[in-house]
Amino acid sequence: MGKAAVRLAVDIGGTFTDLVLDVGGRFISTKVLTTQEAPERGVLDGTRRILAQAGVAASDLDLVIHGTTLATNALIERKGARTALLTTAGFRDSLEIAYEHRFEQYDIYMERPEPLVPRPLRYEVPERIAADGDVMLPLDERAVERLAERLMADGVEAVAICFLHAYRNAAHEERASAIIARRIPARVIAISSEVCPEIREYERASTTAANAYVLPVMEGYLERLDHGLKALGCSGPLLLIMSSGGITTVDTARRFPIRLVESGPAGGAIMALAVAAQNGIDKALAFDMGGTTAKITLIDGLRPQQSRHFEIGRAARFVKGSGIPVRIPVIDMVEIGAGGGSIARTDPLGRITVGPDSAGAMPGPASYGRGGTMPTVTDANLLLGWLDPANFAGGHIDLAPAVAAAAVDAVVGSRIGLDRTQAAHGITELVTETMASAARVHAVENGKDMAERTMIAFGGAAPLHAARLAQKLGIARVIIPVGAGVGSAYGFLRAPMAYEVVRTRLVPLKAYDPEYVASLFAAMRAEAEAVVRLGAADTALEETRTAYMRYRGQGHEVAVPVPDAALRPGGVDHLHHAFEQVYHALYGRTIPLLDVEALTWTLSLAESRELPAREPPVAARSAPEPVARRALFDPGRGATVEAGVYGRDSLPPGAVVEGPAIIIEAETSTLIPGGFVATLNGAGQIVIDRRPR
Amino acid sequence: MSHRLGEIEVQILWNRLIAVVEEQAQTLIRTAFSTAAREAGDISAGVFDRRGRMIAQAVTGTPGHVNSMARSVGHFLDAYPLDTLVAGDVLITNDPWKGTGHLFDLTVVTPTFKNGHAVGLFACTTHVVDIGGIGQSPSGRQIYHEGLQIPMMPLARAGQMNEDLLRIVRANVREPVQVVGDIYGLAACNDIGAARLVEMMAEFGLDDLEELSETIISRSRQAMADAIGKLPRGTWTSSMTIDGLEAPVTLVGSLTIDADVVRVDYTGTSGISSFAINCPLCYTEAYTAFGVKCAIAPWIPNNAGTLDAVIVTAPDSCIVNAQHPAAVYARSIIGHMLPDIVFGCLDQAMPGTMPAEGTSSLWNLSLVAAHGLTGRADEVRTAFNVTTFHSGGAGARPQLDGLSATPFPSGVRNVPVEVTESITPVVVWRKELRTDSGGAGRQRGGLGQVMEVSNRDPSPMGIYHRFERVRFPARGRAGGREGAVGRLRLSSGTEFPDKGLHIVPAGDRVIIEMPGGGGYGDPRTRDPRRVARDVAYGLVSAEEAERTYGVAADGAPPKS
Repeated sequence: MGKAAVRLAVDIGGTFTDLVLDVGGRFISTKVLTTQEAPERGVLDGTRRILAQAGVAASDLDLVIHGTTLATNALIERKGARTALLTTAGFRDSLEIAYEHRFEQYDIYMERPEPLVPRPLRYEVPERIAADGDVMLPLDERAVERLAERLMADGVEAVAICFLHAYRNAAHEERASAIIARRIPARVIAISSEVCPEIREYERASTTAANAYVLPVMEGYLERLDHGLKALGCSGPLLLIMSSGGITTVDTARRFPIRLVESGPAGGAIMALAVAAQNGIDKALAFDMGGTTAKITLIDGLRPQQSRHFEIGRAARFVKGSGIPVRIPVIDMVEIGAGGGSIARTDPLGRITVGPDSAGAMPGPASYGRGGTMPTVTDANLLLGWLDPANFAGGHIDLAPAVAAAAVDAVVGSRIGLDRTQAAHGITELVTETMASAARVHAVENGKDMAERTMIAFGGAAPLHAARLAQKLGIARVIIPVGAGVGSAYGFLRAPMAYEVVRTRLVPLKAYDPEYVASLFAAMRAEAEAVVRLGAADTALEETRTAYMRYRGQGHEVAVPVPDAALRPGGVDHLHHAFEQVYHALYGRTIPLLDVEALTWTLSLAESRELPAREPPVAARSAPEPVARRALFDPGRGATVEAGVYGRDSLPPGAVVEGPAIIIEAETSTLIPGGFVATLNGAGQIVIDRRPR
Repeated sequence: MSHRLGEIEVQILWNRLIAVVEEQAQTLIRTAFSTAAREAGDISAGVFDRRGRMIAQAVTGTPGHVNSMARSVGHFLDAYPLDTLVAGDVLITNDPWKGTGHLFDLTVVTPTFKNGHAVGLFACTTHVVDIGGIGQSPSGRQIYHEGLQIPMMPLARAGQMNEDLLRIVRANVREPVQVVGDIYGLAACNDIGAARLVEMMAEFGLDDLEELSETIISRSRQAMADAIGKLPRGTWTSSMTIDGLEAPVTLVGSLTIDADVVRVDYTGTSGISSFAINCPLCYTEAYTAFGVKCAIAPWIPNNAGTLDAVIVTAPDSCIVNAQHPAAVYARSIIGHMLPDIVFGCLDQAMPGTMPAEGTSSLWNLSLVAAHGLTGRADEVRTAFNVTTFHSGGAGARPQLDGLSATPFPSGVRNVPVEVTESITPVVVWRKELRTDSGGAGRQRGGLGQVMEVSNRDPSPMGIYHRFERVRFPARGRAGGREGAVGRLRLSSGTEFPDKGLHIVPAGDRVIIEMPGGGGYGDPRTRDPRRVARDVAYGLVSAEEAERTYGVAADGAPPKS
């Protein structure tokens, strides 16, 4: 060995493609413009550039880890393949009927998103499997053969197959897939028993259809990227980051591209995990606030919260139930329409509302001077003195305070009789309150507390709002990591090879058979291991088993960790106990005498990864003189004060900065309100503490 | 004394109160046992000031509790003045006239104390799995048939649960563990709300809610007045006949827009039924106010200020103001139709803004196999009793087609077929959109759906017919046609036009064809491309396209 590993992380975002190169622990980062029409060009261009910058040959690149929003964008913009859906006869409308629900109670003009597969491309197949897996009606193979011809004639580019209860018995789906594959390439066929073998027909069909819809797009892209990297001389493997925060091989990514959606934010959560380890934080809250949205993730015991439910492309107001539901392993985060570009208004009640819509990059906040007339959070930040108009986003954009002032006055101040500073303060307070409310509800839904957490804040807009948000949540400490602007790509470098497998088997605890459950998990382990070993041949693996359980009669399951003891004789008591612990933590009580059942089981397998070591403490020292002084509105005191402006680069470890103050760096600024004190730790992270009152 | 609240503080506190009741509601939904509560969000949660005025309420699945639960707290305070209550006291009722309209809904009220002083109250309501009596049938003749009645009484005194009441509940309901579990859930969710409220008051240094409550209510009242002030003044009347039970029911509403209130009076409406489709006034008020609010000010959060802006009256003993001892279990059949009456009036006041009539009433499938109902015990292989939520088509909007298979005004969600089949022997053979059921129009009404269901066991199965729009369809508006009527029959041929429990013999299947929503505007003015698309999608047949829309299946312009 002797040679340091060289690894590259690439995160494609809406505007920029971020690259971080790790040369044996030395990190180099760069940003290039995303090339929407052929994203691999931007990636390859950036790769060439960053390698040159680092003086590293492409042939020395050991590994490329890649996250892309290509699948998400194809789904949101409806630019995927012409996809057909085969269903059990009588159920072709399941995808369209969805939940039979209005997600906006009071809106009589509500519209539902169009299904990914239009009705003429949803075909019915005579067959029927019962809930227990028995065949009630055999598959009509002749009908499938005729359908295969018809799919060709209809110019179908991808096929999803979702039959009722296929999560229990996959035979019909597998057979139908084999027959269709005589006419349509097998690689563009997705069957629900492989993509998402989980009960609830609409969500399974939606996940399978979404997977098929992006199959050809991702296939082509990954192939071009792989070739491109090889042409550069890079022979190391290409790995893809998934929404679960794990990484996987190109082969798996090609088969299940739906698992790649929302992978960028997952990278942010992994970076936050590393920061938590460095600081010995048992209960963390990762807070990522960018231009359009904010995302909040809970990390307990150095494990980010996981979930199996995600919605793509929620309608404008981020309303639950308004997007395309997919059942995939994801890092559980609450996403709020609250970012620097979020637009402020007043409603007819005189209330200030912020977001969920954003001014985006064009026209952007009013102060960008690109024709935007609506005030945004960034405009309010500027008027409060939190931003330097000449030094925003690395100096790429000059901010115009006069335009921001006019927008805030016209849209907020004059309508409800607040002066400019009050109005700007109101905008930042309300956007922060919105995020705080969402965070609290998210914590409640997960049976978690907010107090005693440490917040880890990153993304362009987070360091300005973090301290105040923490205060609202009763959080005493905030950490702003180094390189907060390209956090996701940093996170990719720490992601483990991983894979999660799901099965639905309704098991009442009254009839619990540990041997059966153990063999179920053994089969799941084998399936997961086959995938993980493709990229991690001989490293140690960590297994996480979960049962989704409920009291009989309930419709919502809770995620229960399955202890080893539950798989041994007499294991039922251990599983019951584990269920009661989780239920009690979530709802504060258990219900004696009521039967308990497990519905769905998951097993996730990940490479064991060592987290960074705890940073040793450093001696406190006084900070150098501020580079400037600026009048700013201090939310700690509710008044405008003179405050010091510090350059982050010039603050040595141990430096102490008393609020109110601003610490500036290229991509972001950190606000230390009055009543808070910031200390630089040994890793150069800004640690903000609330002064005890 | 609390300090005077600043403008931004008021706004933040208002948001926070709404977040508190949303959290209270989520807790209730996630722990609930009845399908109605957990899938349909048939629950309610709110916070009240010392005078019993509602300050904030969660937006949940069904509007039926909006006003009814708010009024309920007033009834409780009349019987149990706040000064007589201590920390740990909890009150309960399921009185249909003082709660939310039928015995299945339990309402629980808890006073909140800070530093030993009562600062407000939390209330919540949920629909439980069972309340004894005749069960989910609309065939009850009197309230006494419908199960256990719990007059307003303490559920707990100073933290001590009323065990006598719980024993009576357990003895009277079919699922005692689940029902008592829900009662504990109601009490617990109020406690969560209270804890959050006290935290909030501590954070902002508030000793009481008086100023905040007054500000929120008066501003909301003013906003409602402003919204109403922009409407044309006058009185408009609308009527609609629906199937009813033993005889058709005619609903007549007169809506008056005054300077700052909307009044709706139901004089002229049919008298009460001998069966359980009667509606207490509190429930009538809820759905009427919901219709008005959707139409004129959907963005104002519900509180005492918004509720006071809609005044609902009805003569005693008409079906929308049924008095004790009328049976009321299926009061939603009538309640769900009331927004259509409101829209019928507002359409005259403001033409071109209101949707056509929809299916409105839910087409939930309540399926049962049980001793005495579908045969003797030895003829029932697997006993079950399951309700799944389903809907026909909604009415077309002036600029948009109606939503297919979507509830309005109720906000329920369906239960997945796979879930129902996993917990019962029920098999659903078909669940698809019903071609040609959407009322024709420039904007087409939403389509109903067809379901075909059987019992996998070789035993008979019962289905409760509580379905509306079987005889009288949802009417179109502005020249739009009516939606298709619904239909219930066996695949072997027998039709079930009447409400009640019907038996599906072993081996047979029941076919449920749900109604479509009414159309909006003359069908001949519908964009021929949209007609062609509907034909290509199989939503409209080629014959219907030609006959009603005057468009050939290929989208060619109308033939003369």
